[in-house]
Amino acid sequence: MDVFYWPVMALLVWGFFSVYLQKQNAENINIVTVLLGALIFWEFLNQSQKAVSVAFLEDVWERNLLNIFVTPLRVSEFLTTTVLLGLVRIALISIVMGVLAFFLYHFNLLLFGFFLIPFVVNLLIFGWTLGIVTTAIILRYGSQAQILAFGFIFIIQPFSAVFYPVSALPNTLQIVAYLIPTTYVFEGMRALIRTGQLPYMLLTLSTILNMVYLVLSLFFFNLMFKRTKARGALLKLE
Amino acid sequence: MAQQKTPILKVHKLFKQFNSVIAVNAISFEMYEGTITGLLGPNGAGKTTTIQMILDIITPTSGQIRIFGQSITTQREEVLEKMNFSSPYVNLPLNLKVIENLTTFARLYGVQNIKKKIIQLADFFEIGDLLPKMTSSLSTGQLTRVNLTKALLNDPKLLLLDEPTASLDPDIADKTRKLLKRIQKERGISILYTSHNMAEIEELCERIIFMNKGNIVDDGSPTDIIKKYGRKDLNEVFITIARSHQ
Repeated sequence: MDVFYWPVMALLVWGFFSVYLQKQNAENINIVTVLLGALIFWEFLNQSQKAVSVAFLEDVWERNLLNIFVTPLRVSEFLTTTVLLGLVRIALISIVMGVLAFFLYHFNLLLFGFFLIPFVVNLLIFGWTLGIVTTAIILRYGSQAQILAFGFIFIIQPFSAVFYPVSALPNTLQIVAYLIPTTYVFEGMRALIRTGQLPYMLLTLSTILNMVYLVLSLFFFNLMFKRTKARGALLKLE
Repeated sequence: MAQQKTPILKVHKLFKQFNSVIAVNAISFEMYEGTITGLLGPNGAGKTTTIQMILDIITPTSGQIRIFGQSITTQREEVLEKMNFSSPYVNLPLNLKVIENLTTFARLYGVQNIKKKIIQLADFFEIGDLLPKMTSSLSTGQLTRVNLTKALLNDPKLLLLDEPTASLDPDIADKTRKLLKRIQKERGISILYTSHNMAEIEELCERIIFMNKGNIVDDGSPTDIIKKYGRKDLNEVFITIARSHQ
């Protein structure tokens, strides 16, 4: 499956990006700013997802999971800790990326000003949601599902309008795109670059979808955790 | 004998089925304060499943577990604060120093005065010189002592030890047993102990529970059980029980 996964994802993302490039002359947009903004925003999402699922996997690989779950620590506290640790990691990564983008490409991440905050918060929340879902799937299906911790996020990349607008997608896929909260963030980022105005409606839609998916992901995790305990599979993870 | 009236652990009709396999078949037993009880049986007897149900890592199909008079399922955090677990098959994170691991677990158990507690236990287990070392650099014997230190950080009233001397050389294993006896005597901890080393069980446990194919097949003191089966030691009893139920 891995053999096809990455080439297909790359073909989708860069194929749609090429379609966008063909049209962009008419839109008069600074393509470097849009691309670098998208790349850095994507990394916020990617890292926040990994922070949750890879932190869990590290305990699995270390064979430390039992030590953790026989302490009075609640599962909700365990998840919260991974999220908080992820925030530290993301803060460090964003500083490094921001500085490098500034010196290498004269791209100033702070051009978004305070508007950066609602964008990043929405990206982080969706990253945590995906992290919780992938961790739940790993709990349920074990070692063979570990690849999801690294690759699951890329399933949404072609449909989330990261590097190109939703309009570059075929009509059917546009429906899928509008079901993903981060689509509104990336569309919003481009709108902000183009108009200098914060697209409130896009951010509101992103936040509403994020809240719904976060709650659903927690229910899903709880269900999978209970099933894993019933199957006695928690310690069989490795 | 008044203390024997309040069981620290009460397992009642505990049953666990995985698909068509019955791993634990409605077993019931009690454990009392300040005792070391050996949970024995051949591979697949249901010991590990039982221990993991006591730790709330596996959900029972039916039955009840009460620890300190509380339910492990509904009062999980309160119960787990007062118990601990150690097994050579479970690691502490290897990319942390010993002191970092112990400090982290002390925090998870809500230990007061963490530094003092770690130094006190490090003296007891003679691991003071290991505290600044990376956990990955420790030998098996050192890891066992560090694991036991972790298991005592919260002054547990109930300690579950899963083959704590497995893969230790006879010298270190003997030292570990002596340490366990000492902590049990000094702190009055109740210990539920699994091992395949029958000599060790005879030396440590005042009571043994034999399991086979998910059932408790015998329960009593090592001396009484050896006498009952007319064998010279627990090892022979083990073989007799394991083969008689094949």
